[in-house]
Amino acid sequence: MPVDSSLVGRAYPASRPYTVTDERVRAFAEATGGTWAGGPLPATFPIVLAFDAMNDFLDAEGVALHRIVHGEQKFAYARPVAVGDTLSATLTVAGLRQIGGNDIITTSSEIVDAEGALVCTATATLVHRAPAEGEQA
Amino acid sequence: MSLEVGTVLETRTYPVTRAHLVRYAGASGDFNPIHWSERVAMSVGLPGVIAHGMFTQALAARAVASWTGDAEVVELGCKFTNPVVVPDDDEGVEVVVGGTVKKVEDGLVTIALEVTCGGTKVLGMPKAVVRA
Repeated sequence: MPVDSSLVGRAYPASRPYTVTDERVRAFAEATGGTWAGGPLPATFPIVLAFDAMNDFLDAEGVALHRIVHGEQKFAYARPVAVGDTLSATLTVAGLRQIGGNDIITTSSEIVDAEGALVCTATATLVHRAPAEGEQA
Repeated sequence: MSLEVGTVLETRTYPVTRAHLVRYAGASGDFNPIHWSERVAMSVGLPGVIAHGMFTQALAARAVASWTGDAEVVELGCKFTNPVVVPDDDEGVEVVVGGTVKKVEDGLVTIALEVTCGGTKVLGMPKAVVRA
């Protein structure tokens, strides 16, 4: 089943608030082979928020995560993320097209702080390989 | 390192093994089984377990941080054009990140990246903009 094209423009509820801690940042930096002992956060760290929002979106639409491959990802920062920030992400479906039986879903997630001020916009293209007729989802 | 237009930045090489992917899954919350289960990966038409695109992008960001002295990143992005297939062995594969300074304007430095694995470009139009 392809993803419903009427989803374009739809915004999903904000992801649960996420507080950035030293431990989380260190674990993320070390998981990408780096180290972190204060200072600027790894530039891809906001994916943690964007991924939460994407999971909520996939759950809401009944799309299985293992059928998703990442097509494109971009971060545009309004300000750096800092330890102590409590962030949440709101995902909007920006576009949807079908190519060769796959859904190409473009999403934009606005990551805001506890005051609601924009911190980072994370734009993602998700490639959804829909199960073929009779194939197990 | 000087960041003038045309500067070619020193290539960085990073290993990627299955162990890295498991650790990254835990730290990022991305538990998509295509990054740890050969069976699931192949069931959706992939050649095998592939690295999280965001793991590869994180390596590109590490290279940028190393070149710029941890400069503030204003923009970072790429397409994921070819999968980084990670074999089930101890060696894994290597991701190589190169970069060239393309623009320096208003305190912002634009770096065009080239990210390869086994000689194949794995990211499309990877780019970073930093304040420096």
